[in-house]
Amino acid sequence: MKYTPIIGLEVHIEPNTKSKMFCGCSQDHFGKKPNTNTCPICLGLPGALPYANKEAIKKTILLGLALGSEISKSSRFYRKHYFYPDLPKSYQTSQKENPFCIGGELLGKKINHIHLEEDAGKLIHADDGSLIDFNRSGCALIELVTEPVFHSIDEVLKFLKELQLIARYLDISSCDMEKGTMRLEANVSLGTRQQVPGNGLPDYKVELKNINSFRFLEKAIEVEIRRQELELSKGREPIQETRGYDEAKKTTFSQRSKEEAHDYRYFPEADLPPVVIDRSIILDLRSKMVELPQQKRERFEEQYKISKEFIEILVSDKKRADYFEEVAKLDSNYKTIADLIVNKRFDQKYPEPAGLAREIYNLSHMQYATDTETAEIISKVIAGNTDIVTKYNNGQTQVLGFLIGQVQKLLKGTGNPKLISRLLIEKLENDQK
Amino acid sequence: MQDLRFMTNNNIPLTIKETQEGLKAKKFLAVELVDAYLERIKKFNPEYNIFLTITEEEAYKKARELDKVGLYDKPLSGVTASYKDIFLTKNIRTTAASKILDNYIPAYSATSVKKIEDAGAIPLGKLNCDAFAHGASGENSDYGSTKNPWNKEFVPGGSSSGSAAALAAGMSLVSLGSDTGGSTRQPANFCNLVGLKPTRGVISRYGVIAMSSSIDTVGTFTHTVDDMEIMFDVLKGEDGFDGIVKNFEKPQIKEEFKLGIAKEFFKEGLDREVEEMIEGVRKTFESINIEIVDISLPHTKYAVPIYYIIQPAEVSSNLGRFDGIRYGNNRDRFGSEAKRRIMLGSYVLSSGYYDAYFDKAQRVRTKLIEDFNLAFEKVDAILSPVSPTPPFKLGENTNDPLKMYLEDVYTASINLVGVPSLALPTMFSEGGLPIGFQLIGPNFSEHNLFELGRRYHQEINYKPKIAL
Ligand SMILES: [Zn+2]
Repeated sequence: MKYTPIIGLEVHIEPNTKSKMFCGCSQDHFGKKPNTNTCPICLGLPGALPYANKEAIKKTILLGLALGSEISKSSRFYRKHYFYPDLPKSYQTSQKENPFCIGGELLGKKINHIHLEEDAGKLIHADDGSLIDFNRSGCALIELVTEPVFHSIDEVLKFLKELQLIARYLDISSCDMEKGTMRLEANVSLGTRQQVPGNGLPDYKVELKNINSFRFLEKAIEVEIRRQELELSKGREPIQETRGYDEAKKTTFSQRSKEEAHDYRYFPEADLPPVVIDRSIILDLRSKMVELPQQKRERFEEQYKISKEFIEILVSDKKRADYFEEVAKLDSNYKTIADLIVNKRFDQKYPEPAGLAREIYNLSHMQYATDTETAEIISKVIAGNTDIVTKYNNGQTQVLGFLIGQVQKLLKGTGNPKLISRLLIEKLENDQK
Repeated sequence: MQDLRFMTNNNIPLTIKETQEGLKAKKFLAVELVDAYLERIKKFNPEYNIFLTITEEEAYKKARELDKVGLYDKPLSGVTASYKDIFLTKNIRTTAASKILDNYIPAYSATSVKKIEDAGAIPLGKLNCDAFAHGASGENSDYGSTKNPWNKEFVPGGSSSGSAAALAAGMSLVSLGSDTGGSTRQPANFCNLVGLKPTRGVISRYGVIAMSSSIDTVGTFTHTVDDMEIMFDVLKGEDGFDGIVKNFEKPQIKEEFKLGIAKEFFKEGLDREVEEMIEGVRKTFESINIEIVDISLPHTKYAVPIYYIIQPAEVSSNLGRFDGIRYGNNRDRFGSEAKRRIMLGSYVLSSGYYDAYFDKAQRVRTKLIEDFNLAFEKVDAILSPVSPTPPFKLGENTNDPLKMYLEDVYTASINLVGVPSLALPTMFSEGGLPIGFQLIGPNFSEHNLFELGRRYHQEINYKPKIAL
């Protein structure tokens, strides 16, 4: 029997807010000395209370708006309980009913919801025991959950890369996998053709957790699909569990089975009032919405008529796309500009767009041979290639290219192509008369 | 100068005004006040078990600062204050009266502690209570029961047992407690004091060890209504740390009041003396032209059951942080009442039971709120008993947790609804113990409740007094 992968994604994005989700500590915890970025609130000390970070809420809603989600009119936080040493309150403040964003779509893939929560600290395992670093504890974390609508690894990767790009365009997050500001989880199961799409899902799913690069995710899904295929081919249904990925062994391994699954005992967080999102907030956010990557791709194609490959590379980095447009305002040789940026990395050589524009101007103006020089060489070439000229006169106009090449050769590449072809055609036509 | 070293029942100042007038007139210095209070604390505390920690050094330091400036011009200048031991105090041991926090030294102070001390108060120490504020008699303290200064065979009420007893024993002029299901109002009544359960979201809870997050409020104890108003005005308002607190605009004080009495509050289980006291209070109010209106609060009969679903659920969540990794002691140090609530709470939140218990309780709570909203369309305040009985004897209810829970029958609904309630002292029972009542108002009506309380006390010519 042939199986089709059924994959759903959970993506955690650490927004680039100034402060953590519920306290005044810095959201930027990367590389800091352990436990120096903490306060009573993110340490979960007795008596401490959360105070919601409006900037994080706005960034979450902005992402929802970009993905066409419905924004809840009133949203609230919930407590999600589990015991773990790096979770100081014994619950994570998260969301459940009425998260900030419901539904939405990206690249035709349906999103279930986007919610906001806080991060946990980090365990550091040493020889003589485990240490806890709370610098990350309480950091704002946006979680996007898709429907189980992916059927290939390619679809998954495309979706994730586009999501990463959108979050960067909206200045929501750096989405840096290495720094952990973007983290991935995939729910993988295999269904028969009848189960796909929408005819009911397999009654198990395997959660792949703690994967910190696109490449590892790709491999993890790949080997997990193979593992499940093997199980099914032996007539065994894979069990519902959480699995991690071992890069060294190129296998997934069981971390927690369904029987050990948490009962999170969710209930509404009474320490935080419900967040009412009125129309004015949404209108304000909409007015600040930037052009999204897909819109930019389409506009570049229309406006600059440069190749899809160039567009893709430029759009994949908003700074480069902006740089391109700055130079394009000063010079209309769009293809040259794109080429110099994409292939020659001139954007790095000239941090100021005007610098590159001047360089292009120099390239296109200073080196050209003069009209007189060009005309002289053309006469030489015509005189030295009478057989070719005859072909031209007999209507084989395709030989023009050869003649232009000869002229350019003698001009040592300093000829202006437009000028050469104009003067050459004029001379050929005049000689015929 | 007035000799305060042997201050007795007759000359210890019992109001903020008296204290500050004495200081300003140089009848006594703030350090002498501290001498006097500490002397009383040291004399009576071994017997009554009211203070868990005495902050002698901090008290003298503050008193000396006050005396050096000599102005005593802040709202609480020279006022001795002490705090229920669930209020965090920076660098001063805070136990919540639970051995699990036996040696916990907080890194920060509660907002209300800061506000009180910024307003000039002198901190005397930390007060005994039921562990984690679980209880209605003070007997759940891991550090032993507090005794009622009016009769040491009786409970002072709870859970803010020490906060009430400290004032009744003349060991502090004002104190902080908490009120989650009557924990301020009931001990205020049992110790002949004024007690306030404020509107939820008026006084910051930051730095108060949480019991039930959707119900907890900071409670205050004073000897008079005037002092309560001063305390309230110092404590209220946003601090940027409690997200549910909104700034408070003092409402227009009413000229005429209508007072409601709910028929549901006068059923079986109400002690005869308490019922007669309420009848007397009603007549007094009528005699000063306050109209009494019969009202109905039909869902209050569910208040205790839903309170004992929501509150343990939130308790189980809030106590989770004492996981044995932090705070020095393991979970076996939890007392039996805490364990009972953790188990009960985890159960009602667990999947499969959430809808039947927690969610249903929340829906009944909405009905309860509607009851009160409807009542406050007709009346400005509601007159009600606080405890169904006068103070009971130590040990009388300890073997029956359910009976202890029924202490909350007249108080829990107010916490579930969120409205303010002012507990007022009025008289002594045949057994010589204080009894009192409460005035419940709509949200943000504290100042009108103070006005009603003042009019009542004026009419009965109420004079504050202490037991020792
Ligand atoms: Zn913090």
